[in-house]
Amino acid sequence: MARDIGDVILSVENISLSFGGVKALTDISFDVREHEIRSIIGPNGAGKSSMLNVINGVYTPQQGRVTLRGRTFSHMDPHEVALAGIARTFQSLALFKGMTVLDNIMSGRNLRMKSNLLMQAIRLGPAEREEIEHRRFCERIIDFLEIQAYRKVPVGRLPYGLQKRVDLGRALAMEPSILLLDEPMAGMNTEEKQDMSRFILDVNDEFGTTIVLIEHDMGVVMDISDRVVVLDYGRKIGDGPPDEVRSDEEVIRAYLGTSH
Amino acid sequence: MIVTRHAAPEHEETMSEVQGRAAPQVDRRAATPARADAPDAPTFPRLLAKHAAERPGAPAIREKDLGIWQAWSWSRLRDEVVAIAAALESEGFGPGDHLAVIGENRPRLYAAMIAAQLLRGIPVPMYQDAIAAEMTYVLRDAEVRFAVVEDQEQVDKLLEVRAQAPALARIVFDDPRGLRHYPDPGLESYEAFSERGRAWLAAHPEFADARTAAGTPDDPAAMFYTSGTTGNPKGVVHTHRSLLTMAIVASRMEGLSCDEEVLAYLPLAWVGQNTFSYSQWLANGFTINCPESAQTVSADMREIGPTFHFAPPRVLEALLTQVTIRMEDAGRLKRWLYARSMAVARRVGERILDRDAGVGLADRLAYRLGDLLVYGPLRNQLGMSRVRVAYTAGEAIGPDLFVFYRSLGINLKQLYGSTETAVYVCVQPDGQVKPDTVGPPLAGVDLQVSESGEVLIRSPGLLREYYRNPAATAEVRDAEGWYRTGDAGYLDPQGHLKIIDRAKDVGRLAGGALFAPKYVENKLKFFPYVKEAVAFGDGRDRVMAFVNVDFEACGNWCERRNVAFAGYADLAGRPEIVELVRDCVEKVNADLAADPMMSASQIHRFLILHKELDADDEELTRTRKVRRGFIAKKYEVLVDALYAGATSRHIETQVRFEDGRVGTVAATLGLHEAKTFAPVAAPSTAKAA
Repeated sequence: MARDIGDVILSVENISLSFGGVKALTDISFDVREHEIRSIIGPNGAGKSSMLNVINGVYTPQQGRVTLRGRTFSHMDPHEVALAGIARTFQSLALFKGMTVLDNIMSGRNLRMKSNLLMQAIRLGPAEREEIEHRRFCERIIDFLEIQAYRKVPVGRLPYGLQKRVDLGRALAMEPSILLLDEPMAGMNTEEKQDMSRFILDVNDEFGTTIVLIEHDMGVVMDISDRVVVLDYGRKIGDGPPDEVRSDEEVIRAYLGTSH
Repeated sequence: MIVTRHAAPEHEETMSEVQGRAAPQVDRRAATPARADAPDAPTFPRLLAKHAAERPGAPAIREKDLGIWQAWSWSRLRDEVVAIAAALESEGFGPGDHLAVIGENRPRLYAAMIAAQLLRGIPVPMYQDAIAAEMTYVLRDAEVRFAVVEDQEQVDKLLEVRAQAPALARIVFDDPRGLRHYPDPGLESYEAFSERGRAWLAAHPEFADARTAAGTPDDPAAMFYTSGTTGNPKGVVHTHRSLLTMAIVASRMEGLSCDEEVLAYLPLAWVGQNTFSYSQWLANGFTINCPESAQTVSADMREIGPTFHFAPPRVLEALLTQVTIRMEDAGRLKRWLYARSMAVARRVGERILDRDAGVGLADRLAYRLGDLLVYGPLRNQLGMSRVRVAYTAGEAIGPDLFVFYRSLGINLKQLYGSTETAVYVCVQPDGQVKPDTVGPPLAGVDLQVSESGEVLIRSPGLLREYYRNPAATAEVRDAEGWYRTGDAGYLDPQGHLKIIDRAKDVGRLAGGALFAPKYVENKLKFFPYVKEAVAFGDGRDRVMAFVNVDFEACGNWCERRNVAFAGYADLAGRPEIVELVRDCVEKVNADLAADPMMSASQIHRFLILHKELDADDEELTRTRKVRRGFIAKKYEVLVDALYAGATSRHIETQVRFEDGRVGTVAATLGLHEAKTFAPVAAPSTAKAA
């Protein structure tokens, strides 16, 4: 693949996070380069989602800092993060179940709507034009994710694998430069995982979106990632290209356990 | 006995022409529209030029894209065609060259096909779900140098087999998604390719008109590969004349005009799709509509409301299954209303459709009320509110299924034909529709039945040849031009053709009784719970059957009864499902017992397969016909176990996933008995097998 991987656009340095006496993350540092697919893997409870929540601004770490495009934060605010072009999907889906696929994806355009609620309510000319523009954008996402057949179906009626796709669509509607994906393949069968992998690669390829991906299914991650961070019990135990990480002794031990 | 029937309906002396067939034919053929020597016999590019000149702004082809129907007018279409043709010509594509076209129905793929024809080349549409290995044969056989394909999926497949088909120099793709960074030589987007064509055109302004004038009706116009049940596929070569003549005859008979709306949703590689949405499209100048995706067809059909429609029996069956399931889930009042209305429709619906004057006033009023409350809304749901002419063909259709649609007021008719005959051989005329025949031959078609019961055809729509396969051509067409259809059938007293099975599949039971497996299978398949069936019995003493249950219908049936199941294999093995299928088998047996010709074909034992029969596993053809011989061999142990009287059998089978990987499915299948009945005419009582 001939994507041009650029400079570092996001880096985390010496992040430590604890909840009371429980240390979720200890002194984690890594960086993300523009246009790459960067994965964070680790067994259950390794601190992957915590790491994502730190980047996302949901958790505030006790130590360390996050640098986004040259700006350094000791804590990130979720709204500011969204404005800075970071979108995310959720492991436990955050969709409006009663709303249609289209409306859910349109909700991802919220930050980009300029007209106010009143103008939208009475469908003033500019508001209507704006809506048409947004609708066109969302239709492109629907086309991209191949969910045309479900456009008008309430999300709650769709199977889980498709809901995950809609969640991805909602995140894409924000036109993010960085996309955080929280276990996009959790609970999927092999075919659905393959579909999702293809969509992630295509997003990365077509839009140049930088992707930070959390997953515990190592097989899938190794196939699509440019670089991988491995966490175990809140510590970083590996960092590098998939092949390197795969053959790392400590990583193997963490995943397969040690023989006694 | 040989029965000959010369088709032209105005001739009365049809049945008596066993001898002297040759002489009168000349006259009759001369009467056929657009016959051989007519000076203005059309070609596809000429028809396109005509529509673009006469009705430049009228919609030629629509595609639903980004949620909106977007139309190309005839002049825009001609523009696109000329640009692609120019690009092809500038790269050396010329008369006799083959252009592979692979993908769903997309305006640009249609434009590419006409572009090839404009250059006196030959489009070869291929099935978009064919695996790479299957494509290799066609690419090599037709020496394909140029391909126009839909998307990355098809490009990947072509690149995979490029080493085996090195002639393939240029691959043009419609949808650039995922292909941006492919380094492979010769790969180009449709936009870039046609842009180059436009640039080349600037220096060659007379190109389009000169090429349109140069083509002749006897140039090869398309090649379709038939999915041979044995051996390699054969390329069926059709000329402009052979494709257009019967398309025009049929259009006149049905009164088709330029105002028709047609949904183009079946594979391009199938000759039927090519006839209804290509030959007849260009012959009449109506509008074809490409659905957004394969999953949105039914919604798109509701939006378009086609007036001329084709649906193979399996699609009609799937629609009916959906209707049945939704009605079973409906409230009591709706169920009652549906049941009452359908009873009225079954009684008089067809006769009203056929304008039978004998229907009483009370029945007419009841039907009118039913139309208001049930049939109308149902037709709308099916997307068939505006259908004037609907065809079904491809395989025999269950009489109840057929009558269901007709009784709703949908003018569904059967037709008969094949790739080799450019579809149109027989069509049921309005008002003369019978569920078990395919109608009389069309004007210009001669038909006879051979000694062995095989149907023979002579028609202007016959193939020119099998591509580079004179032996195969000679095998199916004799010196007098009679084409062997391979179908067993006969003409009924009204001159309507009745097909029972493939001629080679009709066998005999050990006792000497006739065994037409498809006849038995079709009866089983009419039940919504049965998706596919395979009957065995040729040369055996009794008939046995494999059944594939319908996942949707049986799954729903289980849900409503709180029967838990884990997946297809588990569902197929549930004892409740076995009982459900046994009930279907026994109903079929009771039905067969009533027919003296068929009573010996009752099913004695059956099993339910643990996996769905699949074209990727070569168990079905791409048009979803069961490949009985292949299945018999693949599942030999199961057939043997059925005949040996075993009650269960373990089997491991290979399955091929859509990405080409191969896996294994193992299961232990139960083998079950079914009750058979003594022939109704006979006085003895039913016996349990």
